[in-house]
This record gives sequence, structure tokens and C-alpha cells, in this order.
Amino acid sequence: MGKTFNPKITAFLCKWCSYTGADLAGTSRLQYPTAIIPIKVMCSSRVDPVFLIRAFLKGADGVLIGGCHPGDCHYESGNYHTRRRFAILQSIFDSLNLEKDRLRLSWISASEGPKFARVCNEFTDKIQKMGPNPTRKNMFI
Amino acid sequence: MAKKSKSVLVVGAGIAGIQASLDLAEMGLDVHLVEESPTIGGRMPQLDKTFPTNDCSMCILSPKMSECARHPGITLHTLSSVTSITGDPGNLKCRVLKRAKYVDPVKCVACGLCEEKCPVKVDDAFDMALRKRKAISRYFLQSIPAEYTIDKEHCLYLTKGVCKLCEKTCPAGAIKFDDKDQEVELKVGAVIMATGIDAFNPIGFGHFGYHLYKNVVTSLEFERMLSASGPFGGHVVKASDQKEPKKLAFIQCVGSRDESINKNYCSSACCMFAIKQSIIAKEHIKALEPTVFYMDIRAFGKDFDKYYDKAQNQYGVKFIRSKISEIREKEDGTLKLKYSLENGEIRYEQFDMVVLSIGLEPRKNLEALAGQLDINLNEFGFCRSEAFKPVQTSRPGIYVCGGMNGPKDIPESVVAASGAVAGTLKSLKIERQALAASDGESGEINVIGERPRIGTFVCHCGINIAGVVDVKKVAAEAGELPNVEHAENVMYACSSDCLETIKQRIEEHHLNRIVVAACTPRTHEPLFRETIKEAGLNPYLFEMANIRDQCSWAHMDEPELATSKAGDLVKMAVAKARNLSPLERLPIGINPKALVIGGGLAGMIAALSIAEAGHEVVLVEKDKELGGHVRKLYYHLSGKDPQALLSETIQKVKKHKAIELLVNHEIQQINGYVGNFTTTIHSPKTDKETTVEHGAVIVATGAKEHRPSEYGYGQSTRIVTQTEFEKMIHDQSFPKGRLRNVVMIQCVGSREPDKMVCSRVCCSDAMKNGLELKKVNPRADIFVCYRDIRTYGFKEKYYTELRDKGAMFLRFEPDGKPKVEVQTIDDPNSKLTVTAFDPIMEKEVVIAADLVVLSAGIDALEENSTLAKMLKVPLNADGMFLEAHVKLRPVDFATDGIFVCGLAHGPKDMDETMAQAQAAASRALSFLTKESILAEGTIAEINADLCSGCGYCEEVCAYTAIEVNPETQVAEVNDALCKGCGTCVASCRCGALDLRGFSNKQLFSVFNELELIKED
Repeated sequence: MGKTFNPKITAFLCKWCSYTGADLAGTSRLQYPTAIIPIKVMCSSRVDPVFLIRAFLKGADGVLIGGCHPGDCHYESGNYHTRRRFAILQSIFDSLNLEKDRLRLSWISASEGPKFARVCNEFTDKIQKMGPNPTRKNMFI
Repeated sequence: MAKKSKSVLVVGAGIAGIQASLDLAEMGLDVHLVEESPTIGGRMPQLDKTFPTNDCSMCILSPKMSECARHPGITLHTLSSVTSITGDPGNLKCRVLKRAKYVDPVKCVACGLCEEKCPVKVDDAFDMALRKRKAISRYFLQSIPAEYTIDKEHCLYLTKGVCKLCEKTCPAGAIKFDDKDQEVELKVGAVIMATGIDAFNPIGFGHFGYHLYKNVVTSLEFERMLSASGPFGGHVVKASDQKEPKKLAFIQCVGSRDESINKNYCSSACCMFAIKQSIIAKEHIKALEPTVFYMDIRAFGKDFDKYYDKAQNQYGVKFIRSKISEIREKEDGTLKLKYSLENGEIRYEQFDMVVLSIGLEPRKNLEALAGQLDINLNEFGFCRSEAFKPVQTSRPGIYVCGGMNGPKDIPESVVAASGAVAGTLKSLKIERQALAASDGESGEINVIGERPRIGTFVCHCGINIAGVVDVKKVAAEAGELPNVEHAENVMYACSSDCLETIKQRIEEHHLNRIVVAACTPRTHEPLFRETIKEAGLNPYLFEMANIRDQCSWAHMDEPELATSKAGDLVKMAVAKARNLSPLERLPIGINPKALVIGGGLAGMIAALSIAEAGHEVVLVEKDKELGGHVRKLYYHLSGKDPQALLSETIQKVKKHKAIELLVNHEIQQINGYVGNFTTTIHSPKTDKETTVEHGAVIVATGAKEHRPSEYGYGQSTRIVTQTEFEKMIHDQSFPKGRLRNVVMIQCVGSREPDKMVCSRVCCSDAMKNGLELKKVNPRADIFVCYRDIRTYGFKEKYYTELRDKGAMFLRFEPDGKPKVEVQTIDDPNSKLTVTAFDPIMEKEVVIAADLVVLSAGIDALEENSTLAKMLKVPLNADGMFLEAHVKLRPVDFATDGIFVCGLAHGPKDMDETMAQAQAAASRALSFLTKESILAEGTIAEINADLCSGCGYCEEVCAYTAIEVNPETQVAEVNDALCKGCGTCVASCRCGALDLRGFSNKQLFSVFNELELIKED
């Protein structure tokens, strides 16, 4: 500790839109912080709320979920389930003693490389300001 | 008789060409796809969003592009063109010119270093010259094949013999200055032409000042501005001062509906294009005030009117019916528009930016190409297709689809493409395809019970990765990870020699899991999976770490952090690999028979297309007669006779041995899934039941004419619908001997607040019947009360013709509908008056009508909901069947093996119905021609012991792939239908579900690595 804080942000990206958008950000050589650690999933709706809680407990400083825009889901309606689950999860974060601002859901399409980079930059900035995830220190599981 | 060929040539690789190629290849045919540009994709990649869903164009297209490029049945010939076709259908010889690329596509890894170094700047055609590219370039960043080509017109070495910088820079040694044009000859059974359209060039057109005024742009340029990957990153700014515009004008029909330039046709897509752009622009710039200047808004497609309504009422887009007479630029770059309203009033208004909605026109080289290939063009220079032959050219054996034979939007192009495929099948050899030996189970190395032995390969990708990430360090660290038996650096992981190395290492070290850290799995995972399969491993024992696109390229200025991130990504991939298990793709047997529900034009054409391809069909019709809605049609705008077509088609259906015809029968029950349906069909007359087993279902149940409750319908025999009127003209029996004044009222039962649907055909039907009436009674005066005249495409000329013949057109607003008064109800001789407001003269007109003709729209059948429930497929808000994707899967349902066509899908004319019926047939055949298909490997699985049978999974599944068995109260996954999204898994309250390939254990092992990261 005491060194510069290099946050770790887990980014769950759906295979069809956001992961492709992230690739496009790279192909376009758009720069964003190394804090972003991508994890590919088939659909944002594969992201079980337990994954998010687990990611926090395991030390992630922030978690980003990237899915297709409403109406664009490759699986018809997966992202609607994600949206609903996300809303509920955020609402219980307080009672779990987790900071809900460390969680972000973004709709990023396959052509939105710049948006992916922007979201990563903004979110990393925010997490940088919030400091390290306190949860991990308090965890005795 | 000559042997039938298995090869087909598809010319043009836009969305239509791609769709046609995929359909053909799925039927086991060999496709040669010839494309003039360096990439497949056509126009769609240039589009930012698509109407009416605002779907991202590239998101929906790129999976199709990669599928097309990867399909073993498709050979791509980019930068190539067809120069001649000789021979007869079934036996055609095509000469194809393959132009020199000057870059070896096998060696090029698309790293882009050459483009950085190239000193020559050229206008980038993909970005409508809004930015520059180099003389060596990739057509666009997501182009396929992913390769660079040299533009020989501009290359310094090829023009002046100096430079060669690219050759010095290329780390892969791919530059090939001695590359030559080649000509090849292909022998094929049929040809599908899909060379697409061009956009009208408005330079010097009208008084719009395009290219003179900075802030006047075309709709295609504007589309690139809106695109996030476009030249301005999705930021719309004025060229004059780089500031955001506030007032934005769209001018419609630029290069369309204009007799003075021989364009008396409607480009069909531009109204929706402008509505879409105004909505998207408004989303970009909140304060934007978009105004659309138009003649008629032609939102005639499925759910288009709802989109138009949304633009007006939700986004506040202003629509002004007007004609623009000129635009003047002021000193500060703002533009002063002069326009005249309907009543002739002249107005002026200032705008910051003007978008010209340019029309669609034939490709520049089409005339020459048509000459070479001996196909006819129509009066406007598009490829000619006769009425009732929507996908045929004038030359037998050559078919056409997409915009080449008339302006079309994306779904119409896709429909025409699949339709054209059905046309070619007669001259091709189609065999049932057995599963390739390598597909199902084979001599795979059994890894179950063995400890993981992971091989890790870290790619340099030239300097693309190695220039930023310390790849040696990453590989060395990977070698230290538990279970990693072998780790090494490779220069290009995807090169053929490296693929050989991977196979060798698998053998040498008995590796049973492979991790490749390189570029993105989206493009390269299939290649590596194929490689390890060749080495005897199950292809699912593979994981990729994306250390290029999502690491080295994104963190070019932070080499140390990028190296550490690359290390983390490899650790995570290794962790997942450790927990990978082999997955099996189970074969699902396919019954070759099809069931077609509905014996109208759509159903009959679909049944015939399938039968002609050699498959049995059961055609079920609930009526006692075949023919459906077409039975009521006597005329066609083209002059052809619908009844002749109908009786000819009925004869063919009745005679065809492969078609089992069940008229007077109803569907009682449908069970099963793709390839394995069982349907019970009931005859109410004999009360007998028949059971049919089949592999696919086509829904062609049609729709019905709206029965008006307005405008006094039913009060007089002289108030009739358009089809009743058509019969009157045909029978020459009018309720009143001498017809003088005939008043037509449009949009009856369409475009109403509770049914925001345009019925698409009624405007053209009014023109058709109006012209037919004029033939038998030239002295009749015709009045058409309308809201927008929607004679799209080539139908426009009939609108012009009827106007020229003296018909009066009176426009009305929804709140100022014409009034029909019957003096004495039920008296055929009673006085009948129509009172309408004429917006041109700005006064009320009272017409003593001899006949009132109501253009009643098309309504969905009530019984659709019963069938939809049986098939478990959705209906839209208006009760029409809802396809899987409104743009790219227009005849498929989300559930595999079920297809839709004709009026059951939505209003359409006879040609469109025929094309769609053929499309549904070829989509069905892409399954039916296979003996079996493979289920996905990545699918959900259930632990029966944990399942409580709550059924929540069943509720969230979009594919009806999981159901609770009522007997065991345990959910069961249908391997054939599951797409592996994992929605059910994350919803399961008992933790009974898991997703193979993305299991909880695998994903948890990935986060566990996060903890390791923190402790460093």
C-alpha cells in the first residue's frame, strides 16, 4: 500500500456487441486504462448477480457490465433481464455493505468503440477517486 | 441430359449476396462469391443504425460477414468481377477477372503498419471522402477478409516506380508488387446477380448548392458523421465552423420521383432513412431541431408508421409538406431555404445544416455489365424483372436480388436473396447432406480423468503486441503457472507454420488444453479450434487471451502496465482452461418433409419451391379452395392477369407428385422442434384426424381485407371496398349505369391511433383500379382522398399516369377526414355526397358521388393467436406474425425450423409475396437438405437433483428451449433449441442450471485470479 493506486475493474462483456465494441476500440487505437480486465460472456444476461458480488469480494475495485442496446440483444431479450437484475442488485448493495457506485451497466454496440473507451476512461476515473475496494479487507470467508 | 452442377456463382457481396451465398452453401452447394471491392458487406457497414429498431448495422451484419467468410462451401473472390457468361441454365461458363491486390492475402495479418508508413493520401470512399486513407489500406476496420490492398492508381511505386516503404515496413513480407490480374473460368449451374445500387450524386442538381455550400451534405455523408466509427467519431458538426448544428433540415426526394431526370420512381428507403437520421441526430444533440421537407412520407413497411409517429411525437421532429425551390448560403455558413407550401405560399427559413436525402439509382457500370451478360434493363436502367417473376432476369439461369432490380430496403433485399436461391435450385444438383465425418464424434483423444496439461502460445503479432507488451516475460510467467506444461512465443500464431507447431506441441507434450494469447477470439477462435481438432483434441478445450485488440492496441503508451495486464489475461485464460471439459455437439436428425400452412399464393409458391427441390410437402388449407386473397384480384399494375397466374399455380400444385394437398383441413396441434415436428390435422367435414411428421413449418396463413365501419360502409350498395370495386370493373356491373364521379378514400382502417399500420398496397390498388376504370370509362372523374400517396418503387409512374389522366387528389389530415353522406339508407338510387377539404384551394369541396370506393387496409386474422400459441412464436402488436429479426431474418422465427411468408407476416403486394414465399422455402430447405444438424456445444444443462420445477427458466427463455416436465416437475433442456445465452442459468433460484463452456466453476476460477492479482 501507499503506492499509486492501480484499480482493477472487471468488465463482463457480451460476445456480440460490447466485446466487439471493445475490439473496435483497440483496432481504432483508442486508449483507455489497463485497469479494465475483460471477461467474455455469451450474453450480458449470463452474468449472475453472484458473479458481481464474488468479483467484489475477490478484490475487484469496480465491475462493468457491457451489453447490447435495448432491442439489439442477439438472444432477443437477454439484456432486458440483465437490466432488471442489475436494478435489483444495486438496490441491495447497501445492505451488503458494498458501494453501489462501483457497479456500472453500459449498453455498448459493436460499432461503439469510442463509447467503450469513453466508458472505461470515465469509470476508471471514478473508481480512482473512490479508492480501493474496502470490502476485500473486511472479508473473512 | 447434362449432369446437374453443384456450383453457383453469386455476383456482389452486399447483404443480398451474402444471404444468397449462405443459403446456398447451407444446402451443400459450392458457392463462388464475386465482389468488386476488397471486402464483403456492401452498403450496410457504412450505415450507423437501421430503421425501425435503431439496431446497430455493424452489430447485426458482422456475424453474417464472418460466417460467410468462414463457410467451407463459399469461395470468396474479392476485387473481382464477372466479364462474361456463356452457356445454358445448368451449364454456364463464367469468366471472372481477379484484379491484383499487390499484397499476399495469406501472409498479411492486417496489422496496419504499412498504412501508417505509406506517404500517399487518397479520399476514403467508405467514409464518403470525409477522411483520407492511404494508397495501401484496408477498406474499413472491420472489413472481411481482413487484409490490405494497394490502390494501383495512387501507389507511388506502381505509378512512378519509387517508394516501396510498405514493403520495407511489412513485418510479414506480404507486399507483392509483381502481383498480376488473373482471369479464371468457373463452371456453374446458375448465377445470382446482386450488384446493388448507387446513391444519386447531387452535384449541380437543383438549386441545393451541394459541393458549393459547406453545410449541405448528402444523407450518406451524414450517416458516416453519425457513426461512432465514422470520421468524426459520431460527433455531428458543421463543416463551416466545426460547431454542432442546432437547426437541421432534411430535403426528401433528391434524385427520386423526378421525371425531368428520368427518375419517375420512388427510392423507397429515403423517407425512413431521414426519419431514422433525425431521431439518431436528436439523440446525439439534445437541443437539435430537425425538420423534414417532403412531398409524401412513405413509411409503408412493417412498423414504419409507428416509427414515423415516434419521430413526430416523442422526438419533436417537424415535418413540412413542401417543395424546396432553392437554398442560399449566408456568409456565416447558415443556409436560407426557400420553399412553397401546398397552397402555394412561399416561405423562408434558416438552417445550420441541410441533409439531402439522395435517392437510389442503378450502379454506374450496370449498363455495361448487362450488355456483357446479355440481361435486359428496365426504363430506369435497373435490371428488368417481369411481374410475377420477382427474382428472375430476362436470361434463363440468371437470377437477381437486392437493389439491382429496383430500390429495396435491407429486409426486402434479404428476402429477395433467399427467394433467388429458391429460383436457382431447379438447375442445380441438391443432395441430402450427411454429417461430415469430422463433424460428429470421431477418434478424439479422451481427456476425461486426466489432469490438465496446458500449452500456452503467446503471439508477437509482429510488433502489434510485441511492440508494447513484453511478450517474452508473459510467456515465461505463463510457463510457471500450475498445469502449464509448455509455454512459448510465436511470431504469428495464425500463420500456417505456427498452427503446425501447435499441433506438434500437442503431440510432443501430450497437451490436453490450449491457450493462445493473441488477437480476438471473435475472428480467430474458429481457426485455432479447428487446429486442435486436427490434432485430436475436442475443439472446446481451447481458450484465448485477447492481448492485442483489448490490450496492446488500447494501452500503447503504458508498456509496463500493458505487460502486467497481458499477464493477468493469460492467467485468467489458463484458469479457465484448467476447468474446460470436452463438449459434444449432438446430432439432431432432420425429417426431410415440410408442412405449409395456408394455400394462398404464398403457401402454394412455398410448397412448389420445396417440392421442386425434391422434398415432400404437406399443404394444408382451411378453405375448400386454393388461392386465398388473390382470388379477389383481377388486375395488376403491370397489365398481367392475376387470375391466370393463380390457375396456373393451382394446376402446378395439384399436379405435383411431392405435394400432398389437404384442403378443408385445419391444424389441431403441433409438437416438436426443428427437424422433428408432429402435427395433427383435422378435417371438420369428415371429422377425421391425420398425423404428419415433418422437419420444418412454413406459416402462410394470409390476412384479410379490413371491413370498414366508417364512411357509411354498409348503408348503400354504392359504397364499396377497393376489391369489391375491382370485381365491378371486371364484371362490368356497376350499381349505377353511368359512372361519372368516383371518390376513393384511402387509409380506411389503416394509420389510425389504435392501428398505426400502413397497409402498403392500397395506394397502388387505387391507382390500378383508377386506371382500369379510365380504360372502360374514360369520362369518369376520379377523386382520391388521401393522406400520403405511397406508390413506392416503380409504382410511382402509375400515380403519375393517373394524375395525367385527370384524377384529382385531395389530401386530408386525420382530424379532417372526408365525410360521406347517404340521403336515404339502403336506397341504391339515393343521393351520395362526399365533402372533403382541398388544402390546395383551401376550401371545402362537395362531390356528388356515383360511387364511393374505400381503400380498406389489411387486417391480421384473429386465429393467428391460436396458431402462434401452438407454434410458440410471437405476434406483433397488430396481430401479424413477428419474424426473428426485422432486418436480417425476415422470414425466420426465433425458433429454428419455423418460417413465415405472405400476408401473415404483413401487408405486401403479389411480387413481394412470391419472393417471400420462395425465401421461406429456401430457408426451410437449408435445414431440410441435411440429414442431421449439430446442436450447439455451448448449451445449458440441468442438475435434476437441484431443480425445484419452479419454471422461471421456462419463462425467461426466448427460444422455448427449456421446459418443466409436468410429470417429473424437473426442467428439461432441449439441446436442439438452446442457443447458450445463459439467461436461464443466471435466473435459476436453485442453482440447478449451468452453462457448458461458461460454467459457474469456469467463470469463478477466472475471478479467483483477481485475488492473486491483488496480492502481488
